[in-house]
Amino acid sequence: MRRAAILAALMLATPAGARVPPPPLANLPLPNAAQEADAKALMETIRCLVCAGQSIADSDAAMAADMRAMVRARIAAGERPEAVRAWLVDRYGREVSYDPPLSAGTAVLWAAPVLMILAGVLIARASFRKRR
Amino acid sequence: MLWAPLAGFVLLAVLVAVGLLRPADRTVLSRMVGRPVPALVLAPAVAGKPGLSTADLKGEVRLVNLFASWCAPCIAEAPQLLALKQAGVRIDGIALRDARADVTRFLADHGDPFDHIGDDPRSTAQLALGSSGVPESFVVDAAGVIRHQHVGPIMPQDMDAILAAIEDAR
Repeated sequence: MRRAAILAALMLATPAGARVPPPPLANLPLPNAAQEADAKALMETIRCLVCAGQSIADSDAAMAADMRAMVRARIAAGERPEAVRAWLVDRYGREVSYDPPLSAGTAVLWAAPVLMILAGVLIARASFRKRR
Repeated sequence: MLWAPLAGFVLLAVLVAVGLLRPADRTVLSRMVGRPVPALVLAPAVAGKPGLSTADLKGEVRLVNLFASWCAPCIAEAPQLLALKQAGVRIDGIALRDARADVTRFLADHGDPFDHIGDDPRSTAQLALGSSGVPESFVVDAAGVIRHQHVGPIMPQDMDAILAAIEDAR
């Protein structure tokens, strides 16, 4: 009985992250399909700040809902998606974006797949040659 | 050359072990530290206490604390906020995604160190400040410039650092 009560209390205490309902724009698409597509594409590449490894498009967190609403409101107001991304990067740093621009700091990130494929090709060639 | 694969394995194992034993700090810090408080106009979160706008955050060093009634670490932090208030620190609050009745009850239960409490139902202020969680605290100097960010609850062991940051901002 006591365990059940503790369990129930724990479940109720799970931080929902809000005591207010999410704004409508958090979950309702914009009437303009092109704008909604822009907003959706941006939301998929913005990090949810309270849930590691998820984009704000994927997250149920209240903060992510508010971020989706902000993205939709700004895009509906005519702002370019890249301007909205820049606004967020200005406040949270590059970590907030899942779309890292190519720069000195991220060059390794972008070059790594190409280098690994190259290494793979070289290893494969060497081992096929041996077999012959 | 024969030992190369083993060496490679050991290297990888060490790399993984280090990552497991000392996970990277994934806290996303605000880039607003060192910059003026962004334009905010927040309605009062509770009856009988003013809301919070950028104009209020000038003239005196203060702590701006983001909190919520639904946030358990905020309860753990409450005694330290009261102690800071006792020590003469001005504290303003931003109630995040919260309901008025819940904030009122939270303050009655856990103490009320706040001069102003702004209501932030849509996370507008949180996003403008570059804050990524709750509780979170910002030290704002007399000119209205953010000087320090503390992520997470202010626990007893954080008090020296917070007081030092406030002293620095004076």
